[in-house]
Amino acid sequence: MRGLAEIYLQQFKTGVASMLQYRATLVIWLIGNILEPLIYLVVWSTVSRSTGGSIGGYEARDFAAYYIVLMLVNQVTFTWVMYEFEYRIREGLFSAVLLHPVHPIHADIAENLSSKVVSLPFVVAAAAGLSAIFHPAFNITLSMAAAFVPALVLAFLVRFLVDWTVALAAFWTTRVSAINQIHFMAVLFFSGQIAPLTVLPRPLQVVATILPFRWMIGFPVELVLGRLTPAQVLTGFAAQAAWLGAAAVVLRFAWRVSVKKYSAVGA
Amino acid sequence: METAPAIRVRDLKKTYLVSEREPGLRAALASLVRRPKSEVRAVDGISFDLAPGEIVGFLGPNGAGKTTTLKMLSGLLHPTAGELSVVSYVPWKRDKAFLRQITLVMGQRNQLVWDIPAADSFELNRAIYRLPPADFRRTLDELIALLELEPLLTKPVRNLSLGERMKCEIAAALLHRPGVVFLDEPTIGLDVTMQRRIRAFIADYNRRNGATVLLTSHYMADVEALCKRVIVIHQGKLLFDGELASLVQRFTAHKTIVVQLKDCAADLRAYGEVVSCEDGRLTLRVPKTETARVTAQLLADLPVIDLTVADPPIEEVIERVFAQEAA
Repeated sequence: MRGLAEIYLQQFKTGVASMLQYRATLVIWLIGNILEPLIYLVVWSTVSRSTGGSIGGYEARDFAAYYIVLMLVNQVTFTWVMYEFEYRIREGLFSAVLLHPVHPIHADIAENLSSKVVSLPFVVAAAAGLSAIFHPAFNITLSMAAAFVPALVLAFLVRFLVDWTVALAAFWTTRVSAINQIHFMAVLFFSGQIAPLTVLPRPLQVVATILPFRWMIGFPVELVLGRLTPAQVLTGFAAQAAWLGAAAVVLRFAWRVSVKKYSAVGA
Repeated sequence: METAPAIRVRDLKKTYLVSEREPGLRAALASLVRRPKSEVRAVDGISFDLAPGEIVGFLGPNGAGKTTTLKMLSGLLHPTAGELSVVSYVPWKRDKAFLRQITLVMGQRNQLVWDIPAADSFELNRAIYRLPPADFRRTLDELIALLELEPLLTKPVRNLSLGERMKCEIAAALLHRPGVVFLDEPTIGLDVTMQRRIRAFIADYNRRNGATVLLTSHYMADVEALCKRVIVIHQGKLLFDGELASLVQRFTAHKTIVVQLKDCAADLRAYGEVVSCEDGRLTLRVPKTETARVTAQLLADLPVIDLTVADPPIEEVIERVFAQEAA
């Protein structure tokens, strides 16, 4: 355990150092992560104002609150492992990874966290700025805030394991960008990013509840904004735990098969 | 009792399946439906042993199967058939204890994180290999001294020159003091001074740690300086396994005579095979047994300014080995 903690610490430091080397990239990436929810915020606020009231239980100020929190949650749970995998396979960097006596996912998690730490202050500042402009309706209770923390951690883990598993596609095909595109569309649609799920038609809501994506982003947002009943909160935690377990099992299996494939063809 | 070999390879095979496609649009469309596959035998039944502490040169032309073999030995590739054991482990199982005992240096971008100084990558490897800080420090100081890394440690890796980066790569790959070292072209693209330094370092590492080293190189100077024994493969098959000296003996029935004349006007084909002639500097290849006779005759018949007799360069010997196999 101590050995692993040491790896996380070193990888974390390395990640921070690498991030700081690329200030311009960091800024562009941040702008993207802030702009996307901002666009949805503006669109939905405008729509709700022009219909003269609320859509799916959201008024203009609720949309503001929803998207500002979503921006923070997305920032915490976001990964780019698909691009990393594609790059590693293309550049033949995986061999070095496979020669290390440690599972590569640890390095990826640590690196992801390091970049989050570097960018978090900026996103928090952006959230404060947007709050000043859009006057969001926050009614956050202490108990919801307390429940939000584990929900966010679970959301991060579920999203990381799912993304990492999908990224393994890079071992099988050279055209991973198509797969990534589909995955991103699914996340965008079913996670509550493009719209809060209660705004979507009923059948889509049901689908979203079954799929893992809502539990990676939408659930913690709805939870902290007090939009869920205690029963729904418990169901949400159960869904997160179930998806985490399922993703871990699938990842283990998929990793083994992918490495076997890699060592058969020798990319 | 004989000691167990560090590396044991028996009838090792690796076959790749590759898709084939004719050029042209029609073939491109056809390939949407059906892709004919063909087998490529990259390694085709080779066997050898390496004793602990041995340095062996692994030679062969491009595509001979050298890298494939090294990848199988280090556990990156699963053999199609055959037996393989490295320090008593089956490499492809990639046991953590196995991975701690080996290293593979391949190409220019492996161990080091591109954007940060090499010193930080070394720290990362310390954590990955769980090296006790004192051991790590000692090994690192040694590597820094031997490879003269001191001025490079604080520069981001991407700002290093090719040779500087290679030195850092080698250091990173050896921090955990592996007992088995696979080196794939460790000196490629480096200038002569740097090549010599890396060569000296490899010899030194082998001496100090009793490490078993298998190395491929296109520079015969590397092989001549480091390896008593060479293994030559060609088209996946073992051509030669033995002392470098006997490789030269066995595959060269010729000597090279270089004669300095005034110009290249004279026709010397009667004396032997004319390899080249530049500014009167003429290179002849003659059968070994004929050397004395031809030399005497040249000196008698022609206004020779200078004359030397030599074994052909080792590159040429190797080239002949492959040519002979192909014929």
